[in-house]
Amino acid sequence: MVSITPWEQPVMPKLKRHTIASLLAKGVRIDGRKLEQFRPVDITPGYIERAEGSALVKIGNTMVVAGVKMDLAEPFPDTPNEGILVVNAEFMPIASPYIEPGPPDENAIELARIIDRSLREMRVIPLDKLVIEPGKIVWRIYVDVYVLNHDGNVTDAAMLAAMAALMAARMPGLVKEGDEYKVDRTRYVGLLPVNHRVVSVTISKIENRLVVDPNYEEETIADVRLFIAVSEDGRIAGLQKMGTGALTLAEIDKAINIAINLSKYLLNVLEEKVGKYRAELEKVFAEKKEIVIGGVPHTTSEVVVEGQPVESSVEGVGTVAVENEGGKSREE
Amino acid sequence: MVVSGEKPTLIRKVVRDGKEVLVRHDGRLVDQMRPIRIEVGVLSNADGSALVEYGGTRVIAAVYGPKEAMPKYMSLPDRAILRCRYHMAPFSTAERKTPALTRREVELSKVLREALEPVVLTELFPRAMIDVFVEVIQSDGGTRTAAITAASLALADAGVPLKDLVAGVAVGKVDGVLVLDLDEIEDNYAEADMPVAMAPSLNQVVLLQMNGVLTLEEFHAALQLARKGILEIYRLQKEALRRKYAEVKVEG
Repeated sequence: MVSITPWEQPVMPKLKRHTIASLLAKGVRIDGRKLEQFRPVDITPGYIERAEGSALVKIGNTMVVAGVKMDLAEPFPDTPNEGILVVNAEFMPIASPYIEPGPPDENAIELARIIDRSLREMRVIPLDKLVIEPGKIVWRIYVDVYVLNHDGNVTDAAMLAAMAALMAARMPGLVKEGDEYKVDRTRYVGLLPVNHRVVSVTISKIENRLVVDPNYEEETIADVRLFIAVSEDGRIAGLQKMGTGALTLAEIDKAINIAINLSKYLLNVLEEKVGKYRAELEKVFAEKKEIVIGGVPHTTSEVVVEGQPVESSVEGVGTVAVENEGGKSREE
Repeated sequence: MVVSGEKPTLIRKVVRDGKEVLVRHDGRLVDQMRPIRIEVGVLSNADGSALVEYGGTRVIAAVYGPKEAMPKYMSLPDRAILRCRYHMAPFSTAERKTPALTRREVELSKVLREALEPVVLTELFPRAMIDVFVEVIQSDGGTRTAAITAASLALADAGVPLKDLVAGVAVGKVDGVLVLDLDEIEDNYAEADMPVAMAPSLNQVVLLQMNGVLTLEEFHAALQLARKGILEIYRLQKEALRRKYAEVKVEG
């Protein structure tokens, strides 16, 4: 697989290109927005009931759904005291006439990796709390991000969907049968621990103007984009320049200031739509200890509550501090 | 690249020439790059090539083209397309790397191509294709920045018209201190790692990634530090090109 200049480009009438550009010169967008204004952002947490965690994110007409699934796995040899986080992203062929079915291409792989890095480096998920037996068995958290409709700014929608799905995620039950651990998918016993919030604001440069949240038409004529992940405390949690253009140092400065500023807006939406949902779930777990989904509950096995192992199995689970960059060994 | 055991101390305070300075695990100062070696035109079959070393990191870039785009539908009527591949040899790392392209390499091939697109005058070669292949022969941190430095030199060596060369270097935060040109150990333990590549004469950033967490102030300082390193690499790049082509001129 080599990276090739995109040769199949969306049809874009020159007239429209000129309209977008001349409007931007006046500080107006083709849909009437200001340069630094998002389209309406909506998040539906728990959209996929079968998933441990999920969220549907809409930014204008752009639609991205993310689902969290969990299973048990052997930890990586270099991080025996950490659970595993796997982020995958795909552009579905239903999302646009320009997306072909097939395995993830370079755009999907890049999207998955920038989301993964932003989550990992901020330690959004405390992986050390997902250990069942150090070096032997840990929780593996899959985040799958699906782009359902591409109307521009998929990166921010995807980052938001991944974050929201993790915040909405519930830990399935854990049972021990003899020496073996199994996931009890008939019940949820608590929330997935989530330590931080990270959102992204991608800045696009169109005809030398910096704009946020471009729609598909605007994005088509943008020659460079800068993905900027921002943490809840206003730090930069990830960067990626994308597209065939370049940025000056002054433009980068300006872009980052815009991103830090607008991240507050996205964090507010996240808190409003998903933070409250999570708090509700927390209340339920505080009262009932578990949410039974259906099916025959395990009565013969030893039920392990809240993802913690039975006392006898191991000492000090999840408390061993290891200074490792989790998961680096696989890909970095 | 398995990291295990205790985190080593990577930055120490020592007294040098009566002054207290911060010194890195290999003796470098925080704003000091590793020895850089550049050689242009190392592959006789390629239209252009370059070998670049940043300390223990060694990469070879080759350019084939501009040539007719194949297959033909993969061409643009108004400019050339670039085909780019970043690849690490199985023996380049501590533990054998699979020779198949990993997700990391797929991403870096894209990042590399998008760093070259702004400087290559592709509009001079409509319907053509320019291949840029980079092989990482030995990896000791900073491979993607060495790769972009080498790739732009290989393009220049091939005679492909460029707006500027591209030079890259990584900056990062190690033990809470900003350092220039991280090697593998530093990279493994870095709190942040930020590869940057610029077209220095155009004053444009063509590659920017950041893996880690930085405050706004740290980011500004890191970008300035990267720029300092890039200007030095840019000087070495031009020197290497002159070494090859100026000599020929004198002899002729």
